[in-house]
Amino acid sequence: MKHLLATEGLKYHDALAILDTAEEMAAVTSREVKKLPTLRGRTVVNLFYEDSTRTRVSFEAAAKRLSADVVNFSAKGSSVSKGESLKDTVQTLDAMGADAIVIRHSAAGAAAQLAASDWSEAAVINAGDGTHEHPTQALLDALTLRRDWAAAHGSASPRGTDLSGMRVLIVGDILHSRVARSNVWLLRTLGAEVHFAAPATLLPLGVEHWPVTVHYNLDEALVAAPDAVMMLRVQAERMGGAFFPTAAEYSRRWGLTDERLTVVQQLRLGETEAPALILHPGPMNRGVEISAAAADSAQTRITEQVTNGVAVRMAVLHLLLTGDPR
Amino acid sequence: MTAYLITGAKPYGEAPKDLLIRDGIIAQVGESLQETEAEVIDAAGLIALPGMVDLHTHLREPGREDAETVETGSRAAAKGGFTAVHAMANSSPVADTAGVVEQVHRLGLDSGWTEVYPVGAVTKGLAGKTLAELGAMAESAAAVRMFSDDGQCVNNAQLMRRALEYVKTIDGFIAQHAQDAELTAWETEHPAQMNEGRVSATLGLPGWPSVAEEAIIARDVLLADYVGARLHICHVSTKGSVEILRWAKGRGIQVTAEVTPHHLMLTDDLVATYNPVYKVNPPLRTEADTLALREALAEGVIDAVGTDHAPHPDQAKECEWAQAAMGMTGLETALNAVQHAMVETGLISWRRFAEITSTRPAEIYGHSRQGRPLEAGEPANLILVDPNARITITPENHATKGRNSPFRGLELPGQVIHTFLGGHQVLHQGELTISRSGRSAP
Amino acid sequence: MSHSSETAQVMAASDIDRALTRIAHEIVEAQRGTEGLIILGIPRRGVPLAQRLGAKLGTIDPAFDPEHSLGALDITMYRDDLRTSGARTPEPTTLPAAGIDAATVVLVDDVLYSGRTIRAALDALADYGRPAVVRLAVLVDRGHRELPIRADHVGKNIPTARHERVTVRIAQIDGISPEAEEVVINR
Repeated sequence: MKHLLATEGLKYHDALAILDTAEEMAAVTSREVKKLPTLRGRTVVNLFYEDSTRTRVSFEAAAKRLSADVVNFSAKGSSVSKGESLKDTVQTLDAMGADAIVIRHSAAGAAAQLAASDWSEAAVINAGDGTHEHPTQALLDALTLRRDWAAAHGSASPRGTDLSGMRVLIVGDILHSRVARSNVWLLRTLGAEVHFAAPATLLPLGVEHWPVTVHYNLDEALVAAPDAVMMLRVQAERMGGAFFPTAAEYSRRWGLTDERLTVVQQLRLGETEAPALILHPGPMNRGVEISAAAADSAQTRITEQVTNGVAVRMAVLHLLLTGDPR
Repeated sequence: MTAYLITGAKPYGEAPKDLLIRDGIIAQVGESLQETEAEVIDAAGLIALPGMVDLHTHLREPGREDAETVETGSRAAAKGGFTAVHAMANSSPVADTAGVVEQVHRLGLDSGWTEVYPVGAVTKGLAGKTLAELGAMAESAAAVRMFSDDGQCVNNAQLMRRALEYVKTIDGFIAQHAQDAELTAWETEHPAQMNEGRVSATLGLPGWPSVAEEAIIARDVLLADYVGARLHICHVSTKGSVEILRWAKGRGIQVTAEVTPHHLMLTDDLVATYNPVYKVNPPLRTEADTLALREALAEGVIDAVGTDHAPHPDQAKECEWAQAAMGMTGLETALNAVQHAMVETGLISWRRFAEITSTRPAEIYGHSRQGRPLEAGEPANLILVDPNARITITPENHATKGRNSPFRGLELPGQVIHTFLGGHQVLHQGELTISRSGRSAP
Repeated sequence: MSHSSETAQVMAASDIDRALTRIAHEIVEAQRGTEGLIILGIPRRGVPLAQRLGAKLGTIDPAFDPEHSLGALDITMYRDDLRTSGARTPEPTTLPAAGIDAATVVLVDDVLYSGRTIRAALDALADYGRPAVVRLAVLVDRGHRELPIRADHVGKNIPTARHERVTVRIAQIDGISPEAEEVVINR
């Protein structure tokens, strides 16, 4: 693995290596000295064309805990409006000695283009490209799910286990969601079954080619007894009536409301007694896609997702930046 | 003017003949011709074809001379085997006045590597609001007959109806770039980027639905029928469009259509590389579309090949997909792609090749000296092609300024060896010679 | 088990067991008991060796409680060859709940060679606490040190050439029967 661009095509053993490494990284974050010397003298550039403080801070913390030098390069707005092309920016960063470039961009494919180009020798990590993919988000979701799934099934450690047999329901704006896209491929690779619940306007044409079961009705989807429910954020700009009539109607039909929370509370992890899980990539619109009670329920793993984000990004940086003879 | 005796060439790929070219016309076609005054061209193994006619070319001048000029585009045409090209109106300023079309016409004559026919805009500034001065352009020195807002669709149905009616009075026709603006979120923050379907779903790029093309074609054939006007459909790209055209032609509606070489050969799977060289409008479609387009072209539902040659400077393609310019070069690869997709698949003969690349496009425009048969007394617009050559497409070797060929690195069949423009040899052994106006290639 | 002429067995299963027994006795002797003693295996083969040492220590001194005195110390993230060796998935580090401060830590590994692994282990250890004493026990010392590091307890000193490879095969790691355990030199 030289780059991490997408979960589509990510091999099973690579995915497991990232998750297993992340488990050990998570252990580091809970000890007294939260720093490892692994990437001493290496430079990680966070190249962010889109604002995302959450993701940037997570990558920054991950790199720093591995003792890497971190350069934050915020190129807000498109490269066109900024006047400097992606190529020129990347070549500049390369000349500064970047060992890894973490790129967040509003244009789908920006990370892949960077990796395919001869603009830089650096390892490329996709931190979200348009509505394409956000692989580290899917990996941290998988890490979160795997820990509960393994524990419920009596494994002493989640190491080496996958999500075989797990049913994950992803709800909401699939069409515009890079998180959903990355999750579909990774969850399938790890052996989980993926369900979608969304209005047809928020599902991509072509979804019939994906290895998922599509429901237009959230209540019917919950009858299929998912082990985890992942609520996607509804972007404010979609609420203008073009994709669904109103936020209130969306909430009634596809929101995790208090009424639906009572249904989710009855769900269990597989055949075990452990309760089913609720995930959300954040930031949440409380009262729109998820009720306050659901967001704060004991079944949610939202803060664990954030914590696991640092561990997963440490794992990815470690695996991409060590042992790759160039 | 030099006379040429072409020996042993196979007209339309059929039995070998000698052709004598003198005073700008094919003087004789026969066996064992003798002419001591003529320069002899040994064409054994080569196929003689009428010079190709491209109804759809972007020469970029005036305004985007960094991308292409009439001169460089004309050279590319000569190298690609085209003896006539039709320069689309989306230059800067737009070719929506007699002044601009006359300028392009004049630049074409000055360059002299191919015949350049300017296409006039349908609407002022391609803005889709009011009709451009169609009559003035028709009466200008450029004598424009073809009008198109290509690059933009004439979306307003009322305006399209009026345009179709108006050009009847000047014996012209409208070439429509069929693309519903709303369905493709045109000129919004997130416009359509690629064919909508399996691949776009995975890549997360906004989809350009096939129905956005088909809905406009359906509307426009009905309008053309209603007002009794001539309509040409640019770069047909979907299977559904083919079905609508088949229906329309069956009803006797005066509609013609073209398809690009790249839509005959390439599919949207290539977009998975996110390499903007594959970004084009209309977008690359699916294999099912490609196969339907080939069949339609073979049987005549689609009349002609139009290259939609669209050169761009490197920086317009060396950027994020969403920001990259749309379009591909095509003049110097059209023969290769069409031979590969149509002739080598056994779908068409070389005689049909001549129809779709020369005869029909010339008829659609109404040319009298282009697209003519290879017979004695006809204008000597012809090419000699080596069908057995196999070349690796190398855009750096092209005469166009654009390096944005989607065929880069592919090995494709065929090579244009000689091009005669009105009896003047502008291409010899694959190399540009001296243009009809006396210019030499760099 | 038969070997090609390029491979020579230098320790059999019984030799390994005897060596570990001897090391256990040496530790107790050097330590004058087992109080405050923590045994940390270095993954991967150091971990089962440390567990066996722990069991033997418990036999020698019933006061020794393996459950609270055994652990594993992964050194992957502290290696000095991370840029050139293959990317590795770290193994778990598990330490006694009481921590390692002021304890006598015995690091256990299978083969002592350049000393770089032990250098990394000492760095890792420092990030977990401050032991009073750190000692090193290895099954095999094959020489060729590149750092000023030596073992306190050695199962067997095996003189080798640099191009030779020493392979320790342990039931828990290599999936062989306990009787088939061995140390071999590949020439």
